[in-house]
Amino acid sequence: MFSYTVRRLGSLIPVLLGMAFIVFMMIRAIPGNPAQVILGQQATKEAVAAMTKELGLDKPWFIQFWDYLLGLLTGDLGVSLKTKSPVSEEIVPYLMATIELALIAMLIAVVIGVNAGIISAWFQNSWFDYAAMVIALIGLSMPIFWLGLMEQYIISIQWDLLPTTGRDNIRDPVEAITGLYLLDTLISGRVDQFSEVVKHLILPGLALATIPMAIIARMTRSSMLEVMRSDFIRTARAKGMRMFWVVYKHSLKNALIPVVTVIGLQTGLLLGGAILTENIFGWPGIGTYIYDAILSRDYPVIQSGILIIAFLFVMINLVVDLLYAAIDPRIKYK
Amino acid sequence: MKGPIIEVNGLRTSFRTDDGEIPVVNSIDFHINPGEVLGIVGESGCGKSVTSLSIMGLVPSPAGKVEGEILFKGVNIANASEAKMRKIRGNEIAMIFQEPMTSLNPVFTIGEQLVETLRIHRKWNKKQARQRAVEMLKLVGLGRAEELINEYPHQLSGGMRQRVMIAMAMICEPKLLIADEPTTALDVTIQAQILELMKNLNKETDTAIMMITHDLGVVAQMCERVIVMYAGKVIEEGQVQTIFRNPKHPYTVGLLQSIPDMRLKKERLYSIPGNVPRPGTSNQGCQFAPRCSHALEKCLSETPSLLEFDNGQQVRCWMYEDGKGAALHDSTIS
Repeated sequence: MFSYTVRRLGSLIPVLLGMAFIVFMMIRAIPGNPAQVILGQQATKEAVAAMTKELGLDKPWFIQFWDYLLGLLTGDLGVSLKTKSPVSEEIVPYLMATIELALIAMLIAVVIGVNAGIISAWFQNSWFDYAAMVIALIGLSMPIFWLGLMEQYIISIQWDLLPTTGRDNIRDPVEAITGLYLLDTLISGRVDQFSEVVKHLILPGLALATIPMAIIARMTRSSMLEVMRSDFIRTARAKGMRMFWVVYKHSLKNALIPVVTVIGLQTGLLLGGAILTENIFGWPGIGTYIYDAILSRDYPVIQSGILIIAFLFVMINLVVDLLYAAIDPRIKYK
Repeated sequence: MKGPIIEVNGLRTSFRTDDGEIPVVNSIDFHINPGEVLGIVGESGCGKSVTSLSIMGLVPSPAGKVEGEILFKGVNIANASEAKMRKIRGNEIAMIFQEPMTSLNPVFTIGEQLVETLRIHRKWNKKQARQRAVEMLKLVGLGRAEELINEYPHQLSGGMRQRVMIAMAMICEPKLLIADEPTTALDVTIQAQILELMKNLNKETDTAIMMITHDLGVVAQMCERVIVMYAGKVIEEGQVQTIFRNPKHPYTVGLLQSIPDMRLKKERLYSIPGNVPRPGTSNQGCQFAPRCSHALEKCLSETPSLLEFDNGQQVRCWMYEDGKGAALHDSTIS
């Protein structure tokens, strides 16, 4: 298991290298010049040329790429063309904001999705089963930005229950320690701020959880239905076991592999693809950060931001693969 | 204990399908005495397994319907509540299945699965239960039981798994063990060992066994009394010796003739022409009549009743109703 993990981590290097190269080339294929964006439409040609030279963008692409790689080796993710501060420092709060939101969304999605799937399979063709699957289908096909706007309109504005945007109360901002505000408020012992942070998390968390929840529920249901027809389930029942344990112990552990796969993939997607939700709820996450960078052609920020998302994605997949072995003793890694 | 351990009276198990309600087991009666081994023989699809599931209360509902009486220790358990059946299953009536390869849960250790049954029915602590599990594994002839208890089903061969299944079924010392084709999926040498083991356990623990099989060889080796089933009905019943020497029903005669005999150099093994009728296809007359070479006109229109002879043998056939039966016996067996 250990040597497998080490080898998998080793195989990260070519993946990230390839990723870095593709992103590097792609953003340069987008029309537009960062120097022009920085200086504005009225800038003279000479000024733009000087700025291009200053930013190092006049060098051949392979020299630029080489310099970028050398920087990565020393942990230098480059300097933002717009703010002139190092990306590796600038990105941390955005990344943490996204991680916090994604984890809460996945928590909601897993708890509700897995249980809905289990109960639907247990009472197949019951009213619960039909209702849960119809709701899941609606959840899957609903545009998330629309759901987010509706949440804001009804829950925040009409009923005035929860805040519309942001991560905390702007009049009493949370002091960042780890960047995960739920943790930070607990560390500094501010219970009032903690509940404020929770309130801010609920709406974007629910909006972001909708699609993964629906996918997880459907996957859990079909996987459970297959397992519950197995001979060993009949054996468990013949032992005199309560149906609850037959379902939640004997069936669930066998049905978990495809469910864990889906959870892993969806977590990866949430980390990178929450731009719409972040935008609607004014969430200062990495999606917003990269989106702004793309608008201003801030090459280093785009490159490094995407590289970090790719890294997280690969790491989540590794964790999922290791979980397989923990769930199913027949899966062994050498 | 006086009286039979289980007595089945007029058991009828039917399934609701698109074509209406189809009886799979059609009013059968039998009983098993304490410590007795009863064989139930018949081709695939004649209702043997459904009979055992009816006793266990594991007929899938709501599609399945059980009618009639199942007296376990004098108490009717047909359609008993789930809570009541849970206390009986695995505790007083245990069951082993045809497929040892898939009847154990692949993601739990042998030990966990053995201990589970004890923990459900006895209020034993983990250590006691574990010790008993090791003892049981030794009792069913598995060496290195202490290691086996921490292994997973996929690490064991089919024969070993069936021994584990037997250990699991016997761990609470049930009064009745239902064995549904326990050796069908095993190769011949292992078959003999498993049968030997079950026979020894029957002698040592005085557990009655209901041996469901399509193999008359198994019956000859294991049972005292045998019931021959055809299309959901009992068509012949008697002591094993009597039935083997003097089969009365043409179907039983056919079954016995289809056993390969090493002493005879026949070119072609006998087989009964035709197939078991699909449940629900016809309810008139003797179900075997279409395949029977002795069929009378009466056989196609009227259902014969079970006729008892002086030696306790019972048969459901029109030929004996009017005393012509002897001729059949002489002409087919000599």
